[in-house]
Amino acid sequence: MAKKLLEVKNLKQYFGTSNNPIKAVDGISFDVYEGETLGLVGESGCGKSTTGRSIIRLYDITDGEILFKGKNIHASKSRKEIKEFNREMQMIFQDPYASLNPRMTAGEIIAEGFDIHGLYKNKKERQERIAELLEAVGLNREHANRYAHEFSGGQRQRIGIARALSLEPSFIIADEPISALDVSIQAQVVNLLKKLQKERNLTYLFIAHDLSMVKYISDRIAVMYRGKVVELGTSDEIYNEPIHPYTKSLLSAVPLPDPLTERMRQRIPYSHEESDQTAKLHEVRPGHFVYGTEEQIKKWNK
Amino acid sequence: MRKKLLEVKDLKINFKTYAGIVQAVRGVNFDLYEGETLAIVGESGSGKSVTSNAIMKLIPQPPGIYAEGQILFDGKDLVPLSEKEMSKVRGNDISMIFQDPMTALNPTMRVGKQITEVILKHTKVSKEEAKERAIKLLELVGIPMPEKRFRQYPHEFSGGMRQRVVIAIALAADPKLLIADEPTTALDVTIQAQILELMKDIQKKRNTSIIFITHDLGVVANVADRVAVMYAGQIVEYGTVNDIFYNPKHPYTWGLLGSMPDLKNNVKEALRTIPGSPPDLTQPPKGDAFAPRNEFALAIDYEMEPPMFQVSETHFAKTWLLHPDAPKVEVPESISRRIEGYLKEAQRNG
Repeated sequence: MAKKLLEVKNLKQYFGTSNNPIKAVDGISFDVYEGETLGLVGESGCGKSTTGRSIIRLYDITDGEILFKGKNIHASKSRKEIKEFNREMQMIFQDPYASLNPRMTAGEIIAEGFDIHGLYKNKKERQERIAELLEAVGLNREHANRYAHEFSGGQRQRIGIARALSLEPSFIIADEPISALDVSIQAQVVNLLKKLQKERNLTYLFIAHDLSMVKYISDRIAVMYRGKVVELGTSDEIYNEPIHPYTKSLLSAVPLPDPLTERMRQRIPYSHEESDQTAKLHEVRPGHFVYGTEEQIKKWNK
Repeated sequence: MRKKLLEVKDLKINFKTYAGIVQAVRGVNFDLYEGETLAIVGESGSGKSVTSNAIMKLIPQPPGIYAEGQILFDGKDLVPLSEKEMSKVRGNDISMIFQDPMTALNPTMRVGKQITEVILKHTKVSKEEAKERAIKLLELVGIPMPEKRFRQYPHEFSGGMRQRVVIAIALAADPKLLIADEPTTALDVTIQAQILELMKDIQKKRNTSIIFITHDLGVVANVADRVAVMYAGQIVEYGTVNDIFYNPKHPYTWGLLGSMPDLKNNVKEALRTIPGSPPDLTQPPKGDAFAPRNEFALAIDYEMEPPMFQVSETHFAKTWLLHPDAPKVEVPESISRRIEGYLKEAQRNG
């Protein structure tokens, strides 16, 4: 059995005032195992990006616990521990145009991390590391001296990936890393992410709204709706045997490149059914969790 | 026989920039019948949006130049029309739905007024009548409580509801042709599915012709009757939706299909990708523009531009691979396997 790398326990992230909070993430729990890709899907505003940002400590969480390698990441820490943690966990952002500093060269962007952490002995080694990372993501070492605007969207995303890899992290949060890219470029980046995962034994949290790519890249999928994880399971189970009506509705709306199927497509509308206090995640089948009350689960799982 | 509504002939659009003249659209030909949906697919920079903006005459001149070609709408060429004449065509005959419903609406004007504005401009009706029609339109596009919504501002609507308002405005003067430029790209999948259903429904009721521009092949399969695949300012493959998805002939179409994961047949192998990136259109490459990225490129691809070869009565592709003397190249196995899977399932389901 694979080791748990990350444990999220009853995470809550509220924004706004305390008497009128916006519950962006409202008590979610899940684990991420070493070497796997967990896909996090849902529509805009469901809290999936907030979850990712809370995990990497971009927000102070409202309640709950996040354990990384068994250690609580939001507990107070010494500078050294924080630095260590920052090395282990990195993020790839959605917009390759906004996430790279236009006044820095690709080389500087990639090297910033190991400059801060002092991870090389001399200039030559630093140059070597930059070149190595550029090549790992399918760029050339000559690209190190160019600025972000000289690259296409796909190439920029590769620089973002190289930057995330620069500190040799074990865990990468990819927040919609391909949604701003063209279809053929999306495939290039997804293939690259898969290849790097194999080579470097990386664990991914892959956040996206595009179910087809998520299904393809993920081992397991968590579906979020209104700040809650409503269903969690292996990607095959979620895709082929969804139980929660929201998951069913979401899947019924994904268009496939197959006209004959599309002509017969029947969208399943979703009407939200309030759950009472007793609602929780139930393990319906081994490893397949659904959120709801006892009666709801019984009704859905027919 | 259905009536031909639109015919685009050898359209060429250039843009003057500091870097030189960009040949954004390089000789595009297609036609559109009444009540039909044509999807134009391609990546960013392929010229699909320029083509559709050109039909609406929305290309600013300068820097844009209508270098060559005709846009025949109901038999009348739109290219030489003056701005004044064109403003009668827009809205009345042709209207457009844009990608981003947040920016397509005026944030300081009530939604109702944005619709009646169009009705009053194009038809001779009283204000009361215009209001009545606007409320009917809101109802048609599936907005609940249209009387109340009529008096609200765009910020009081969700993204999907806003796109419905944009569609209502586009339909206000009862156009014959609707151009939708990535109308669902900014929306969530569930909302996207609703908007697509709505557009098909309206098309059925009003016999509107639709040009649907998108890069999402799933959406194409859902809405299109015919498909034009664009690359580097040209249509490289053109046919019915079944031709394109079940019998693709152009290597670029293969690349596009291959770069989408095959969910149905549950294949986990690496996605086929198209290496490299599209060419710089200030200096389009000699010969076939796709050749440098094409693993099946022939020597002639670097010398001479291929003509449109006819595959069947409805199906055309611009690749030398279809020349009788070309070496036999079959569809890559991963794609043919996928198509077989789709067709088998379709048979099972009748």
